[in-house]
Amino acid sequence: MKIAVCVKQTFDTEAKIVLKDGKISGDGINLIINPYDEVAVEEALQIKQKQGGEVVVICAGGDRAVEAIRQALAMGADRGIHIKVSDADADEYARAVMLAEVLKEQAADLILCGHVAADDGSSQVPTRVAEIMGIPHANVVTKLDFADGKAVCTREVDGGMEVTEVALPAIVTCQVSLNEPRYPSMKGIMQAKKKPVANVDPVKVDSKAKIIELALPAAKQAGKKIEGEPEDTGAQLAAWLLNEVKVEVK
Amino acid sequence: MAKGTWVVVDQRDGKIRKVTFELLSAAQSYGDEVTAVLFGKGVEGLAAELGKFGADKVLVADDDVFANYNTGAYVAQMAAMIKEYDPAVILFGHTSMGKDFAARLAQKLEVGMATDCVAAEISGGKGVFTRAIYAGKVLAKVAIEDTPIMATIRAGVMEVAESGKAGEVVKAAVAATAADVYQNVKEFMPTVSSRPELTEAEVVVSGGRGLKGPEGVKVIEELADLLGAAIGGSRASIDSGWLGHEYQVGQTGKVVNPNLYIAAGISGAIQHLAGMSSSKFIAAINTDPEAPIFSVTDFGVVGDLFKVIPVVTAELKK
Repeated sequence: MKIAVCVKQTFDTEAKIVLKDGKISGDGINLIINPYDEVAVEEALQIKQKQGGEVVVICAGGDRAVEAIRQALAMGADRGIHIKVSDADADEYARAVMLAEVLKEQAADLILCGHVAADDGSSQVPTRVAEIMGIPHANVVTKLDFADGKAVCTREVDGGMEVTEVALPAIVTCQVSLNEPRYPSMKGIMQAKKKPVANVDPVKVDSKAKIIELALPAAKQAGKKIEGEPEDTGAQLAAWLLNEVKVEVK
Repeated sequence: MAKGTWVVVDQRDGKIRKVTFELLSAAQSYGDEVTAVLFGKGVEGLAAELGKFGADKVLVADDDVFANYNTGAYVAQMAAMIKEYDPAVILFGHTSMGKDFAARLAQKLEVGMATDCVAAEISGGKGVFTRAIYAGKVLAKVAIEDTPIMATIRAGVMEVAESGKAGEVVKAAVAATAADVYQNVKEFMPTVSSRPELTEAEVVVSGGRGLKGPEGVKVIEELADLLGAAIGGSRASIDSGWLGHEYQVGQTGKVVNPNLYIAAGISGAIQHLAGMSSSKFIAAINTDPEAPIFSVTDFGVVGDLFKVIPVVTAELKK
């Protein structure tokens, strides 16, 4: 099976965000593969181990995005495609168009992505790509199997879980409970340096949604903090819950 | 010219999610007719309830093919209705259904969209939406000037108010067929829990490393059940296997904003704080007086959760 995995490079989730000249500053920030996309890479590798095939990693981003591709290659992916996007503000529509253009050429049997990015949290791009390509999608998948040329996806939905079948080719977005991503081995890291990474220019497309202002949320003021015997502090907390928060006790 | 605000109803088996009422209530201030868009089979009876919370009209797409949510048929039907009625604004709840439906529809219409918004200002053919990006570490204002203006709104950020509108039923011509369905839903397994869902709960009781194991989970469960609360957890308690992944609160889990958040044995890593610090009231119990969680709490107790919480539970029972 030929599998394409779309990864996004994001800030480390422990990063503190600083604004500089009204923009989010990347200075000194550790960049990682979006944790949900890392799960997608792992899933692709596990499918390849079982069924054979090829794993192509695609990342749209600035110069440093190649680090994310190298990491996926070190995990075991076969080759990478770096879509050189200089515009950090490209919206979900524009990113979907850029990715779809490259994905169409790759003609993969399966496209895997994270179901959300830990930075912008939009959850739009993979589903938009599926629409552009005119193929099915299944979102927030926690278990992925194959039968009769179809992907059998166990998905998180409102109020429970659903088992959904989609015909291939399809886009499947991964939830973190799908697997435990491997750490690249030393051998993998060495091999990754020799694996091919193609550079492609994105198709020209204008964003539709525009970020017009960024601000840090007002810092929450720390309130009361008490220490002492549990009988006393517990009673005070209970009193606060009843009198200030006005909780209802069932 | 496009006019009217559409709110897509989020329902399963005739039970409407609260976020739908939140959106209908919020839409009252946009100064335009509000239409609830209702998909399903035999769901017309829900119109009165939608009217109560602000739907002037309820546009009903009723057919077997809409009995359960599936992207293909819903998007095909929605596209046909948009063509016929030309709405100015379409809002969805940022739920599993909402984000799936909205993203595919937005691309079909080739419009921009703001998802998981925590505030919305809509006027004069323009929408300005506030998004809490980096799980709330940054607030971004996003402008949408396409027609229709599309967005998904996070549950719990808008107030529910009854406005007693007519909820007049308008039956939509069914434009989708079984041929539009490309996801074959084989099975639905509802979560069996007496507790509310994490993202919709008024109260969340969360536990972290300080739970030490399943016995700690029991301690927070007892408090949660007394408060009708959902259970949550930090990455430490999820990675240790004491709580399932679906309970994780934070940047790689769920972002919650309940009325009350109680953090038990959670130190407060940045990625966790991002997921809960917009809660209205926050209480924390932690043995470490320097724990970062105390920087966002309204009421902090320095102490052992195994000793403090049973006292709280006993006091509340009085």
